[in-house]
Amino acid sequence: MTAMVDLAFLLITFFMLTTSISKPYAMDVAMPDKTEEQDKDQLDVADNRTITLLLGSDNKIEYYMGLLEEPIEGPTVVDYGRNGIRPILLEKIKQIPQITGDPKKGLIVIIRPSDKSHYRNLVDILDEMKIVNAQQYMIGDISPLEIELLEREGIYN
Amino acid sequence: MGKIKVKRASTTIDMTAMCDVSFLLLTFFILTATARQPEALPVDMPASTVQIKVPDTDLGTVTVGDGGKMFFGVTGPNVRVNMLNRIGEKYGMTFSEEEKQRFSLIEGFGVPLSRLKQLIALEGTARIAPGVQTGIPADSTDNQLKEWIMAARLATAEENDKQMRVAIKGDADEEYPAIKRIIDILQDQDLNKFSLITNLRTAN
Repeated sequence: MTAMVDLAFLLITFFMLTTSISKPYAMDVAMPDKTEEQDKDQLDVADNRTITLLLGSDNKIEYYMGLLEEPIEGPTVVDYGRNGIRPILLEKIKQIPQITGDPKKGLIVIIRPSDKSHYRNLVDILDEMKIVNAQQYMIGDISPLEIELLEREGIYN
Repeated sequence: MGKIKVKRASTTIDMTAMCDVSFLLLTFFILTATARQPEALPVDMPASTVQIKVPDTDLGTVTVGDGGKMFFGVTGPNVRVNMLNRIGEKYGMTFSEEEKQRFSLIEGFGVPLSRLKQLIALEGTARIAPGVQTGIPADSTDNQLKEWIMAARLATAEENDKQMRVAIKGDADEEYPAIKRIIDILQDQDLNKFSLITNLRTAN
């Protein structure tokens, strides 16, 4: 009898756990409206509070602050995760409202996945946005100049 | 002096009740556990720390994997039939009642329209055999995926009176252009909010 009860409980535990675990999770994404995008890109995004993340190959990110022509910081190549992009984002999120002097004007993150990045990278970086609690971020298209930059660093293959 | 008798309690416990309860629970969990349908295109999903579960109803899933193959599925048999009718109208195809009935049980599929009838005629296990389903065409010359998504949205709105949510289920090693193509299709339909399906990341 004892063995039977043991087995029964083992099976119960198994079924209890699998019923809730097997369900996958959904990460919600909101893209900017396409018709508005054109004006928004050119208008009021202040350069000093934007950080652009270029997702390259080999699980590497290249980031720069401000405009590509005259970056305030970078471009620098970093990894994903805890020891890569996260401390940088956390520091910027803290720093930017002090620079702009307005707590509402925080960091704006622009994510630009290149054609050589994997889907995993996109999910990772969106997850990172949730982890560091970035308020404003968007996914944009990469420009040829930025691809050149990735090629120069050897993370576009 | 009389001997002191220590009364020994029996070490065995009656297990019958416990056994009954545990089997009752076991039966309950086995019955409620839904058997996982074999997927048309198995993908290795990336992990994230998001804790929100995928909804069960009114959901259209675009699966992409295996080098950019697109598969599509929508929840609810009546929605599927409605969607098939709309597609039939659009492309001038007619489906028999039996074909509709069989199609309503297909969770996800990935064939061009020209081979749809052939797929419906196949048995369940033959459908998911490798090489049978080659993906729904989604390029600019023949964008069938777009039509399917549109039909599914209209069908969900008509049958269930709800907005359909779209979820993208991609393989972790899929390259970004394939994902981008889906996002573009969704944005062309003014669908700017959608979900990415992920696994739970246990350790970081």
